[in-house]
Amino acid sequence: MEILVCVKRVPDTAENEIIVNRDGTDIEREDLVFSVNEWDNYAVEEAIQIKDKVGGNVTVITVGNDDAEEVVRREMAMGADRGILLCDEAFEGSDGKGIASILKAEIVKGKYDLVLTGAQADDGAGQVGGMLAAMLDWPFASLVNKIEVIDDKKILVGREIAGGNQEINEIDLPCVLSIQTGINEPRYVGIRGIRKVASADIPVHGANDLELSPELVGPAGSLVKRLDFFVPEPGEGAKMLEGNTQEILDKLVEILKSKGGIK
Amino acid sequence: MPGKIFVYVIHREGTADDTALELLAAAKKIDPEASVTALVAGSDKELENVVKQIAPSFNEVWKIDHESLSYIIAETLRPMLARIIPKGSILLIPHEHFSMDLSPGLSIKLEAAFIPDVVAFEDIKENKLTAIREEFSGQVSTHVMCDISQGVVISVRSGAFKPEATAAGKGQIVDKTSEALSGGIPNGKRRYLEVIEAETGEVDITKSDILVSVGRGIEDQDNMDIIYELAETMGGDISCSRPIVDARWLDKSRQVGTSGKTVKPKVYLALGISGSFQHLGGIKGSPFIIAINKNPKAPIFQIADVGIIADILEFVPELTGKIEEIKG
Ligand SMILES: Cc1cc2nc3c(=O)[nH]c(=O)nc-3n(C[C@H](O)[C@H](O)[C@H](O)COP(=O)(O)OP(=O)(O)OC[C@H]3O[C@@H](n4cnc5c(N)ncnc54)[C@H](O)[C@@H]3O)c2cc1C
Ligand SMILES: Nc1ncnc2c1ncn2[C@@H]1O[C@H](COP(=O)(O)O)[C@@H](O)[C@H]1O
Repeated sequence: MEILVCVKRVPDTAENEIIVNRDGTDIEREDLVFSVNEWDNYAVEEAIQIKDKVGGNVTVITVGNDDAEEVVRREMAMGADRGILLCDEAFEGSDGKGIASILKAEIVKGKYDLVLTGAQADDGAGQVGGMLAAMLDWPFASLVNKIEVIDDKKILVGREIAGGNQEINEIDLPCVLSIQTGINEPRYVGIRGIRKVASADIPVHGANDLELSPELVGPAGSLVKRLDFFVPEPGEGAKMLEGNTQEILDKLVEILKSKGGIK
Repeated sequence: MPGKIFVYVIHREGTADDTALELLAAAKKIDPEASVTALVAGSDKELENVVKQIAPSFNEVWKIDHESLSYIIAETLRPMLARIIPKGSILLIPHEHFSMDLSPGLSIKLEAAFIPDVVAFEDIKENKLTAIREEFSGQVSTHVMCDISQGVVISVRSGAFKPEATAAGKGQIVDKTSEALSGGIPNGKRRYLEVIEAETGEVDITKSDILVSVGRGIEDQDNMDIIYELAETMGGDISCSRPIVDARWLDKSRQVGTSGKTVKPKVYLALGISGSFQHLGGIKGSPFIIAINKNPKAPIFQIADVGIIADILEFVPELTGKIEEIKG
């Protein structure tokens, strides 16, 4: 099975306090720790596990700048066979639809059976996978938490729905799936793994290579534009307990007692 | 002025979801004068019940009634909606599991724009709609401006808009079934088989009065012991956010949130949980929430009653010790 996994380099929100810059045009990016989008890591692990079962190849792809290459390499260290970087000044400022258009242009040049994305990325949109499927006219399922290959024409897919219930579907290939966290346990990537792919060749494709018309991408191709970043006026918020640890503990225990928090 | 405004109505077992009226309020934020149309799909009796419930609140109800929609999967419904929704329309849909399946692709098929997970609308000028969204796990917000001249699909966060007592609508029911099916029943490249219900697990956290809830801030499985000890001392049960289940440190039946359990304890202690809307969506009945987090900017502090900025790895054992002390 030929599997393509779309990955994005994002600031790690578990590691960083995200700060808006002074004029609200961007977040402070200087000291941020970046990593591969959490959901995408599960998608790559799933692709590798499928390949280990039924054979084929796993290709990892990202739309981004030169820095984005590091996440492609990291996912190759996990076990992906190939990496592709889609990079062009013309791609900057693309909205979700623009990103999907760029990915589509690369996908139609290959011969993939299965395209995986993460369920969502750092801007919490959850849009690229569904848009891509619609552009390709391939079937789509979101929030996938189980994949079983039936044969080379169809797969069994479980997707998460409200309350943690699981909806089971059969889907014809080729298709696009967005992967939910928890579907597997992504393998650990050590220094040795990274070293092994340090010199692997990662081709870079731009707008010309993809024969992408400029009006589809970048600000010109975007119907949705981010105007600013801001931190909302804090509401009333929590009553913060302050003082030294002993004082805080005393206050907290009093509160717990009065609210029925200690049995 | 914007095109026709539609609200997509989610329903379960013949009952419309609360989001129907929330999205009606959202539609009025875009255009207070708008005549809002509810869009509801399903089959037979269940659909009839839903239509009856919502009709008094909307000016029009468009229904698609077909057996292929007795369990709705997005792949079946999307082409039908693409056939009936007029060009240039605004479609509001609750941002949850079904929308994530349906909406992005629908926007492409309608050649419309898409704005995901909107929490507020700012204004509308000519064909430019400005909305507010959150990014980076709710740590910062953004204004986005969207060109809606070709229409737009907008998924709206549930709870973001308060239902208003709006003037009752005319409730005119329009059957759109034959138009929706005009190209035939959409191809079956994705076929629904069954729903597997989530398990309850050995402890039913939906019944607990005291929940000691742990999030990614616990950092390592080895640290989980301090949570067990605290819960035992307090006489509470352990629950958690999703990453703890994903890491297999606790059973899925312990997860609080939109894709986990809905809990209604008296006291909810959130330890190292950032407070994503999917997590908070599982906490009902206004419990007393105490949040302990090392990041003063964590969104959980916006909704908690009491907050403590601390490292849970140090603070939790001290709290356990203190409670043991007073219990004697
Ligand atoms: C469709 C969908 C459904 C979802 N359903 C759910 C759901 O049902 N339930 C759910 O919980 N999530 C759900 N999620 C995931 C959700 O979006 C968040 O990713 C998740 O809730 C984050 O969990 P967290 O707060 O534990 O982790 P994080 O967001 O990573 O937060 C960890 C927090 O711990 C703090 N911290 C770190 N170390 C320490 C320390 N030593 N001491 C104190 N504080 C510390 C950090 O400051 C941070 O605030 C869903 C996502 C999607 C896309
Ligand atoms: N720049 C990008 N390059 C490659 N894939 C992306 C990019 N942006 C988003 N994706 C994919 O789309 C998924 C959902 O992202 P989003 O729709 O932005 O929330 C991600 O998990 C990725 O798989």
